[in-house]
Amino acid sequence: FRTLFMLQVENVKLLDRYTNRKAANGTLYLTATHLIYVDASAEVRKETWILHHHIATVDKLPLTTAGYPLLIHCKNFHVAHFVIGQERDCHEVYTSLLKLSQPVKPEELYAFSYNPKMSKENREIGWKLIDLKVDYQRMGIPNDYWEITDVNKDYEVCNTYPPEIVVPRAANKAVVIGSSRFRSRGRIPVLSYLYKENNAAICRCSQPLSGFSARCLEDEQMLQAIREANPGSPFMYVVDTRPKLNAMANRAAGKGYENEDNYDNIRFKFIGIENIHVMRNSLQKLLEVCEMKSPSMSDFLTGLENSGWLRHIKAVMDAGVFLAKAVKDEKASVLVHCSDGWDRTAQVCSLASLLLDPFYRTFKGFMVLIEKEWIAMGHKFSHRCGHLYGDPKEVSPVFTQFVECVWQLMQQFPCTFEFNERFLLEIHDHVYSCQFGNFLGTCHKEREDLKIFEKTHSLWPFLLQKKQELRNPLYRGFTAYRELQPNTLPFSFQFWCGMYNRFDKGMHPKQCVLDHLLSCVSQKMKLEDSASELENKLPFLDGPLPSEACSLSKVGSAASKTPMLNTPQDYEGEPPPALSNGASAGDIDVMSDGDQKHKENLPRHQDLRDLNVTIDILDSEAKDGEPQHH
Amino acid sequence: RFVGSLGTVIIKCKDLRIIQLDIPGMEECLNIASSIEALSTLDSVTLMYPFFYRPMFEIIEDGWRSFLPDQEFELLSSVTDEWRLSCINKEFSVCPSYPPVVIVPKSIDDEALRKVAMFRHGSRFPVLSYYHKKNGMVMMRSSQPLTGTNGRRCKEDEKLINATLRPGKRGYIIDTRSLNVAQQARAKGGGFEQEAHYPQWRRIHKCIERFNILQESLIKLVEACNDQSHNMDRWLSKLEASNWLTHIKEILTAACLAAQCIDREGASVLVHGTEGTDSTLQVTSLAQIILDPRCRTIRGFESLVVREWLQAGHPFQQRCAQSAYSNSKQKWEAPVFLLFLDCVWQILRQFPCSFEFNEQFLIMLFEHAYASQFGTFLGNNENERFKLKLPQKTMSLWSWVNTSEELSKFQNPLFEANSLVIWPSVAPQSLQLWEGVFLRWNRPSKFLDEAHEEMISIIKYNKELQAKVNALRRQLAEMETDDRMQENL
Repeated sequence: FRTLFMLQVENVKLLDRYTNRKAANGTLYLTATHLIYVDASAEVRKETWILHHHIATVDKLPLTTAGYPLLIHCKNFHVAHFVIGQERDCHEVYTSLLKLSQPVKPEELYAFSYNPKMSKENREIGWKLIDLKVDYQRMGIPNDYWEITDVNKDYEVCNTYPPEIVVPRAANKAVVIGSSRFRSRGRIPVLSYLYKENNAAICRCSQPLSGFSARCLEDEQMLQAIREANPGSPFMYVVDTRPKLNAMANRAAGKGYENEDNYDNIRFKFIGIENIHVMRNSLQKLLEVCEMKSPSMSDFLTGLENSGWLRHIKAVMDAGVFLAKAVKDEKASVLVHCSDGWDRTAQVCSLASLLLDPFYRTFKGFMVLIEKEWIAMGHKFSHRCGHLYGDPKEVSPVFTQFVECVWQLMQQFPCTFEFNERFLLEIHDHVYSCQFGNFLGTCHKEREDLKIFEKTHSLWPFLLQKKQELRNPLYRGFTAYRELQPNTLPFSFQFWCGMYNRFDKGMHPKQCVLDHLLSCVSQKMKLEDSASELENKLPFLDGPLPSEACSLSKVGSAASKTPMLNTPQDYEGEPPPALSNGASAGDIDVMSDGDQKHKENLPRHQDLRDLNVTIDILDSEAKDGEPQHH
Repeated sequence: RFVGSLGTVIIKCKDLRIIQLDIPGMEECLNIASSIEALSTLDSVTLMYPFFYRPMFEIIEDGWRSFLPDQEFELLSSVTDEWRLSCINKEFSVCPSYPPVVIVPKSIDDEALRKVAMFRHGSRFPVLSYYHKKNGMVMMRSSQPLTGTNGRRCKEDEKLINATLRPGKRGYIIDTRSLNVAQQARAKGGGFEQEAHYPQWRRIHKCIERFNILQESLIKLVEACNDQSHNMDRWLSKLEASNWLTHIKEILTAACLAAQCIDREGASVLVHGTEGTDSTLQVTSLAQIILDPRCRTIRGFESLVVREWLQAGHPFQQRCAQSAYSNSKQKWEAPVFLLFLDCVWQILRQFPCSFEFNEQFLIMLFEHAYASQFGTFLGNNENERFKLKLPQKTMSLWSWVNTSEELSKFQNPLFEANSLVIWPSVAPQSLQLWEGVFLRWNRPSKFLDEAHEEMISIIKYNKELQAKVNALRRQLAEMETDDRMQENL
């Protein structure tokens, strides 16, 4: 390791969560960025890497005969249970990790020290990879009804919005300013997505400061302008994604929701998605269920139900589906808000876009979607992910829920996404890793103040470099599917083992269809190359090959070999009676697989000379949107 | 049901489908309803479809003769000579639910077998179920011993099962009932092997449910799946309350345990419950799928179903009479075979490249076990099938399945023969509802089917490409050889 260790502790055991199998014994190192555990007892050197920023909690457990246990929960749902010989060592590791995992100053975040040895020029190109203006152009904006305005260039309208926003042409500056005074934190209605087919738009904002009776003429004009920007529909929806009770309670604080009588031709609707605190507690309960030691089926299902997690996922999905249907089937524009319009609103708007527009289901489109609906519109990643030492009540898995909704869609529509599950997991990892600048801070202004664009790197070019392993081999291309209409009956939602029990490899299928198909895809390219090469060497060859028929029998042996992680560890080392409690299954070596993943999260000192090429390819692909042929 | 003169007939099928027919005219509607009622509840087996069905396909292989015990024994004799085929049950005179020939230890003669049969419930004396080539360990199955309350013993029984042990080695008896249930069985003359009389055996009790408990579980599960409510909590709580996945987990765990004793502990195993016709067969057949790669091929799996279910005397006709929509409480109805297929599906899902067959193959077997034009699943045992003259009067399912046209529908494109033991995970997170059966009629499968097609075409294209490259290579090599020969000339 190049970095100096800040701390090194020998004789540390790493317990396996699911068995009483002999624990690993080794050395624990702390570097400036990672906790590294090297297993000395294994035949093959095994390393476990945990990024400090990924650590959610560190707990000291009561002394056991083996030593002083230290339990680490990570934000990517990795759980590591160490036992340290000396109390002093244990305490030192504990206090160091508390400090390292929750820096106080933003400058201490990993992104500011992360150095992938990339030229300044390439770094800047990386930041320019996603240009939201291009996406608005794609929607046909500016047009007769909508314009991109820099009215917020000095953050005077709203300091949590980006400098450039899309508003109806009919809404002049006075209307914009007036409306901003009537909306919580000045978050006025702006365009999120325009459905070109019929001019219906999805717009987003925060709650109005209506209290029990307050009105604002400019705000009413603003909504009218949005409605009239869609001449095909006589009305528009205003959707409050909160439960009605919560919205009503807000009226007492001078906030609240739109009164149908004050706004012309709006249809007001509540969609009860719970608030960040309910979601945080729900995830906590879910993780407790996932961590149960050998639960019965009943324990698990009851726990899953009591956590409410899938109920919340369904609520978010239902809301997204409602929006998409309103736009597509009813041809009506929709204005969406919650309280501040940066959590539930972001979930629902981005999900609706994903359902309506196949572009957002491509690599590039998904990046645009996250940049647009989450990063630019001021989802407070820093607070929701707990990047810095701060109020734990601000932490909430809002983005995780969005990622899960996308995964649920992937289960129902396996051929419609250009990327696979791993792409989602990578993004989810990096939202918490603070390795890249994209998700730092809470809004665009803050990122400017932190000089993110000068001092850190953007995640997206790094993900594009891994495109081969993150792609979905079943993807049928841009034009194969348009709008998606998912089934939202409860049985359509599955527990996402790959996320919440991701590091418990023993629970996952032992053979991976995705790997198999990805290897088919790469093999296909090689075969095509050698086929054309061979054909060139055989210039005289015409007509059918004499021996083609018999060669077919050999095909099987030449097919790709999927590595199978099939060690009988599930039941190994335990005398059968231990199994008789019905409990032993998911215990394939967690750490060895875990650290593999972690190494991937490490700084990759790759040369990004080819970045321009990557970006070019990507752009051309997005433009062409050609369906893929096999 | 009638609305005005429009009658509605709702047909609830054994494959869980619900069909609604709207029929104008009250009389017609009643006639149709009563005809369907009468035709779907025939009293006599010989009036059933298989006796009238005439196949439209060319019969290349008679499925009734595809899987004969002699062939199985031949395979066995090529690796060991410790076993023999016994024809003791030739006229079904010793055990009515056993096939005419069974495999037993060589050192045990028919006379001893007769005595053992007296000591086992329904005369189901221990017979060979599986021989593990890797280490020579075996799995046997039987019914419970008739120890009763006063602890009867049978020297021949002890001798029989001890004959399967290596010197100085212990074996495991897996009793598929809880200790409590096994103890209660003594009052009715049944019981379990006592340590004192079977010192070389270690008994492990697992708890696999039976009969109406399983049937109720299926009814509840299907009811939950048909619920159109949008309430997530209600769905999860109904899924939990059905206990279906609990049964799956219990059965799989018991099977894994049996497989582990054989493969990891190097011990022989005897499996039984009460009658030895239900949970016993679930455990022995699943253990073989885990241990034996042959059982993961299409042919091997068919052979497994024949050996461990049909010939072993699982009473299909009693268990698979009505399926999930039965309103009358059928005492003998139980989805034992469906649970087995579901467990196989769970393993298939965890090892998607290790099976030659696909999910459709399992669904097909589920359908035919409950309703079929073929005679294969009629009757409750070989004895009844013999009396019904099924091989002469009906067509075998295997005659149809094993035609190349049908086989192609059941092949798994991901299959790569894998000689390893496959250890499934039985953690709740690893087990899922079998959507292909339980949600089949409740949601469109278009997008999933397309994904499947896409997968097949990717793999197929690769294979063709590989064949092309191979052919080109050979062509080139031949030309080079020709050139060299020319030069030599």
